[in-house]
Amino acid sequence: MAERKYESQNSLDPSNASETIRVDYLARVEGEGAIYIKKRGAEVDTVQFKIFEPPRMFEAFLRGREHTEVPDITSRICGICPIAYQMSSIQAMEQAVGIQVTPTIRDVRRLIFCGEWIESHALHVYMLHAPDFLGYDDAIQMAKRFPKHVVSGLHLKKAGNDLMTALGGREIHPINLRVGGFYHLPEPNALRHMLDPLKRARDIALETVRFVSKFEFPDYAYDYEFVALSHPDEYPIHEGRIVSSRGLDISVSEYLAHFDEIHVEHTHALHSVLKSRGEYLTGPQARYYLNENKLSHTVQEAARSVNFTREDCKNPFKSIIVRSLEMLYACEEAIRILNEYEAAGPSWVPYGPRAGVGHGCTEAPRGILYHRYEIDSAGMIREARIIPPTSQNQKAIETDLLNVARKYIHLSKPQLQHRCEQTVRNYDPCISCATHFLKLEIENE
Amino acid sequence: MAATQRKKPKLAVWKFASCDGCQLSVLDCEDELLPISELIEIANFAEASSRVIGGPYDLSLVEGSITTAHDAARIQQVRAQSKFLVTIGACATGGGIQALRNYTLVDDYVRYVYAHPEYIRTLATSTPISQHVKVDFELQGCPINKNQLVEVISAFMIGRRPNVAPYSECIDCKIKGNVCVMVAHGTPCLGPITHAGCGALCPSFNRGCYGCYGPKETPNSGSIGRWFIKEMNRDKPFVMRSIRSFYSGTEFIKTASSEFESADSEISEKSSHG
Repeated sequence: MAERKYESQNSLDPSNASETIRVDYLARVEGEGAIYIKKRGAEVDTVQFKIFEPPRMFEAFLRGREHTEVPDITSRICGICPIAYQMSSIQAMEQAVGIQVTPTIRDVRRLIFCGEWIESHALHVYMLHAPDFLGYDDAIQMAKRFPKHVVSGLHLKKAGNDLMTALGGREIHPINLRVGGFYHLPEPNALRHMLDPLKRARDIALETVRFVSKFEFPDYAYDYEFVALSHPDEYPIHEGRIVSSRGLDISVSEYLAHFDEIHVEHTHALHSVLKSRGEYLTGPQARYYLNENKLSHTVQEAARSVNFTREDCKNPFKSIIVRSLEMLYACEEAIRILNEYEAAGPSWVPYGPRAGVGHGCTEAPRGILYHRYEIDSAGMIREARIIPPTSQNQKAIETDLLNVARKYIHLSKPQLQHRCEQTVRNYDPCISCATHFLKLEIENE
Repeated sequence: MAATQRKKPKLAVWKFASCDGCQLSVLDCEDELLPISELIEIANFAEASSRVIGGPYDLSLVEGSITTAHDAARIQQVRAQSKFLVTIGACATGGGIQALRNYTLVDDYVRYVYAHPEYIRTLATSTPISQHVKVDFELQGCPINKNQLVEVISAFMIGRRPNVAPYSECIDCKIKGNVCVMVAHGTPCLGPITHAGCGALCPSFNRGCYGCYGPKETPNSGSIGRWFIKEMNRDKPFVMRSIRSFYSGTEFIKTASSEFESADSEISEKSSHG
């Protein structure tokens, strides 16, 4: 129904259309979406990236729930990045009730988040994105020619998932995170067994950087406004200020004063814009561009060894290199935290409910994820606002699509279609999150 | 292809309203995925592959609930192409957390989330797949347990019933040797009425079960709700919220939670034998 509606809205006079290419269900993305491209002769007229994933309306049904239930509910927005959803909501609640967690709790949070980055990036790099560069439909086909690489990629992914399971109980929708900390802070001995798999994962991540940097990348660049978290002492994962490559530097609480969400007709996701300048890009490229100097020596050395520079962040096809570098970082960071971990202090910081407003923002694997809640004196949710990374990137995705379609308009239809699909997959779009999904139609007039 | 090689059965994975977590469980079978793909043809799985081999399919795994008229029509097509249809997870089996809309006016929800409610087409309810088509097996959980998923696929391959226990989480908790969080700590726990399958995770982490595997066989929700109220000093809205979560789209949860709907602190003994 929803699709039919879009089509009628976007409909061209069929008598003018000489040919139509459509991909109704974009593959290898998380969720349901479509691309629509309108061609007029040799010119690209308009481009739309559509999200037709049915709306689930989390913000509406969170109202009237107890604030302690929220992390278990928001994780259900996305099975690929549940930790980001849990952590953004938890940090917002902690701001609202006025508590700060202990350094140990902070470390364990960063540790489980490293697990999510490894698991999510490995999924994207090996199973969703690499097949595009190597000309396969999927990782299973790719495994016939590149068995060693696919198996290594699965090991890497498993190391991330196992870390999440060890700390959170399970890899999808972990159960151990709560407002104030953890239900049960793991014993250091219970985590030791993670060290060896993570060291192997680190080696695989380094090999991954070398493997993917040899791919052939389309010659494309765009001068995005990059938006990411930034933290004085560390590469941003779970906290920091929101900064941009054009001078934005705000606290998380100021988010809504600087960003707008616009409801566009062709999509179930809301488009985000910077009030002052419009579209922007969040995600691995933005994080790397804005925080390169916070990466460890090993990661910076790995980047240099494959001639990857900050400027390469402007080529979205090279995001696969950035994800690989971030996996290397996340493995190293996880090993560092594990080596230093002593389960000191309480599992959670106690608090009493009080009325208040709280904001939380974390770096989900796909970019910044902002949450805002208003709670009453009994700790019940009065208002909820959730702005996922894919809806923030939707405008940048459309810009890339337009530019890529213009640049490659001379290609055959199947080639152009593939290039456009790849353009969307560069973003690792998580459409389940952004619904508030995808389909490719190229229409020639 | 050797002529003697048996034709591999064809697997399809379908998505409706969901978080993608249950189909991700297929890809999370890191050790089993490549061996499974040797035995079964992954013919249609959009999240993992651009390749689509047409139906009919021997086994369809369905994730997600039905929330749009388009999806209500699409599930009929999926059923028509599928020999065995297995729902995976709480959304497909119980309507998912998004079925909380079934207890209110969906228009209010749409107006809260979207600036232009007129752009949104959605049904007033989120319903499990079984309310639309015949389902051959329902795998519970939010998310499903990947070991149980491998069991379901293995059972399908050799044509037997999957060995998935329908008893309560309490049984697994006892087998694990956990201290009962309800008895020992006074923490409300939905374990006694919740379907086993997660491995008694929450009590193992020192918290009460919040019911993400849905109702077990023959659950007595009225009794546990009254326990929460009388023995653990919780109120009716707490019980209602606890019961009304990831399986909200089922008739069972609808009936079970309505007993605790009014905000009175008094519990009617009359309704206690439901």
